[in-house]
Amino acid sequence: MNVNNISDSEASLARRTLGFTLQNIFKPILQIILFILCSILFLSFIVIFLALILRGSHTEIDLLNNVLVILPQVIIDGLVRGFLFATIALGYTMVYGVLEFINFAHGEIFMVGAFTGAGFASILNHFGFLKGFPAIPFLIISLLLGMFVSGSLALLTERIAYRRLRNAPRLVPLISALGVSLLLQDLMRMIVTATGLGFNTSYRTPDMGKPWQIAKFIIPDGRQAVMSIDSRSLNFIIAAMIMLIGLNYLVSATKLGKAIRAVAEDRHTASLMGVNVNQIISLTFLIGGALGGAAGVLFGIRVGTIDPYIGFLNGLKAFTAAVLGGIGNITGAMVGGILLGFLEAFVASYLSLFTNGEFAGANYADITAFSILILILIFRPAGLLGETVAQKV
Amino acid sequence: MATWQKFLKSDPVAYFLVTAYALLTTTLLLRYPRTNLATDLIFVLFLGTILILHKSALAKSYKLLISSLILGLALPFFGTLNPFYIDVATFIGIFVVLALGLNVVVGFAGLLDLGYVAFYAVGAYLWAIFSTPQAGQIWPAWSSHFPLAPLWFFLFIPFALIVGAAMGVLLGLPVLRLRGDYLAIVTLGFGEVIRVLATNLDRPINITNGAQGIKSIGRPPLFFAPFFQALGWNLSESQLYQLYFYFLVLIMVGITLVVVRHLNDSRIGRAWTAIREDETAAIAMGVPLVKMKLLAFAVGASFASVMGMLFAAKQLFINPPTFDLIRSISILSMVILGGMGSIPGVILGATLVTLLNLQLLPRVAMELGQLNLPPYIDPTRYQRMIFGLLLILMTIFRSEGILPEDRRQKELHEK
Repeated sequence: MNVNNISDSEASLARRTLGFTLQNIFKPILQIILFILCSILFLSFIVIFLALILRGSHTEIDLLNNVLVILPQVIIDGLVRGFLFATIALGYTMVYGVLEFINFAHGEIFMVGAFTGAGFASILNHFGFLKGFPAIPFLIISLLLGMFVSGSLALLTERIAYRRLRNAPRLVPLISALGVSLLLQDLMRMIVTATGLGFNTSYRTPDMGKPWQIAKFIIPDGRQAVMSIDSRSLNFIIAAMIMLIGLNYLVSATKLGKAIRAVAEDRHTASLMGVNVNQIISLTFLIGGALGGAAGVLFGIRVGTIDPYIGFLNGLKAFTAAVLGGIGNITGAMVGGILLGFLEAFVASYLSLFTNGEFAGANYADITAFSILILILIFRPAGLLGETVAQKV
Repeated sequence: MATWQKFLKSDPVAYFLVTAYALLTTTLLLRYPRTNLATDLIFVLFLGTILILHKSALAKSYKLLISSLILGLALPFFGTLNPFYIDVATFIGIFVVLALGLNVVVGFAGLLDLGYVAFYAVGAYLWAIFSTPQAGQIWPAWSSHFPLAPLWFFLFIPFALIVGAAMGVLLGLPVLRLRGDYLAIVTLGFGEVIRVLATNLDRPINITNGAQGIKSIGRPPLFFAPFFQALGWNLSESQLYQLYFYFLVLIMVGITLVVVRHLNDSRIGRAWTAIREDETAAIAMGVPLVKMKLLAFAVGASFASVMGMLFAAKQLFINPPTFDLIRSISILSMVILGGMGSIPGVILGATLVTLLNLQLLPRVAMELGQLNLPPYIDPTRYQRMIFGLLLILMTIFRSEGILPEDRRQKELHEK
């Protein structure tokens, strides 16, 4: 009887924790999906609205139809960019959450991941295995390799360049991180030029399959607007989604995640509670680095050509995304990344259309990110999802 | 204190030795003016005289006399024999001013500015646009007024100063209320924005002439040329300009030094130190935080803007890649290497990094080139790596710099 009772309550406890866990993992994911849908609707509405207003001044072309015909593709482009920034931004935000330190070198960790994947592919190609390699195992092996190398590198940089400076004035570790970033850029440049991959390394892949057509719309003037996604981008989105769910599980439902959150909350108290702070900080760098490396591999596969300086601009934008979402907040980093990706895609595609080609959109897309950063810092320094925290004295 | 410093304490022997050292290096330099490795080394030793004078405890008037003889007479004369070294010296001067300006922001007030070169670019483009027919491209009605006559150069300096300061305030206003790390990223982004704008603003209105850059930028007038000829010194126009820019830069270094030292010793300087040490405590003591930070930003930016103008006039040509991130980083490494907040340190840092960039690396590359090594080991192509290593090693092992400020050294070693 008694025994029965206990097992009963245990079972209910287990059920509760399972339900709790699922809720913890999937609630942010649902939030993000909802957010994606809302931002798509909102931004589409804005461009259509602008097209209707500006219609009068552009008599030589039909602005509305030109806007509509590329809209589905712009949305897909924004989604892919968004997941890229989101995966990189997670590395910034996790390290910031734990150490309150901006890891400048994180963009380079991402770059190293991309080159690890490219190196693996070119070794396969050298031995003639690449052509017949099945796409999915290729992707998984590349991802694991990239995650391993980037994660270890992040761990190493923390150990060598940051740990000693943990109690130094704030400026000092920032400068050291900047140094690591520059060093990694040129070290990678030296390696790729010495090994014959070349400064602009092409990322070879086995055949990834044909683009997948999602939907087709008929726009008012009778043309078809096709929403299709190529398999590389689809891989990107799926892999990024799986990683984000995994990270959410790790942080919100495991013992390790609890320790990470404890260290982020208060390092000294956490150490009094028996958390090995150094280990947790290393772990944070490892996870952030691994995510960055995976993002690098996915990015490399998608764009096809990489160079040692790709980490700088992407890292900077991902940092912007992290600040946009509220730095230190994991869901915030994802939301910020996706929003930034959409904004950039819309500016890159529509700016030249709306200004009659006077401003080339692609050139100004980069500026968009920084303008957003500055605006956010003026009006909502804590970010979209961040809460204002009083500075500790 | 090192024994050699004690030895150099106003002893007649010390005076004799320092004078002998200065004479020896000067004679050697003037005797062998050809550009090669030996002259490089002698040139460094020659510049080292200033450092020895700074470290010694000799009479102030003596120090001043020797330094002005070296910088005002020996070096320009050497410049007429070998144009390469006077060019290096001019660049050292330009970077000394830039590093001193950045030092006000990073060293005095403790705000990490990673887009410092943006202000330099603003000054350079300002003068480049208005001293060439480029101004007419912006607004056709202007083509009758511009390009400006050479004499306007001097009147333009205060204008560049004000514009630079205004840009500093404009950038500083949104971000200075926030914590330091945000500032670093925003300034980094701002530097990139300025570079992207300079590259892309040739459409719809041609303001910066895009990636081609601006050519044949105006120079200040050679008003002293007839006077020189009357004295019987026959120097070519390019030699005259080299000396001219050298002295202009030297004067700028002098002015900057005076301004920066006075600022640091004033109420404002103490407010900056207070902010750097502890913002919260500084507010509690009644330091107007935002105002002081903006002032630091504006001072640094105005120095950079004026130097940008000088740089544009000296080089005759500017284009967007001149103002990329690595330039900002190299100025930052000068400050870190020499010692944040320490004026002599920053001067030393600027000199060392400029010598490294313009003399040592190309020289090593040339010597290595004779060994038939593969081209990817060319050290001039790995500036980032060198600066990166420099920054990491300095922060880990000697974060107070080579010639640290007393207060900061104590602060970093008290724990």
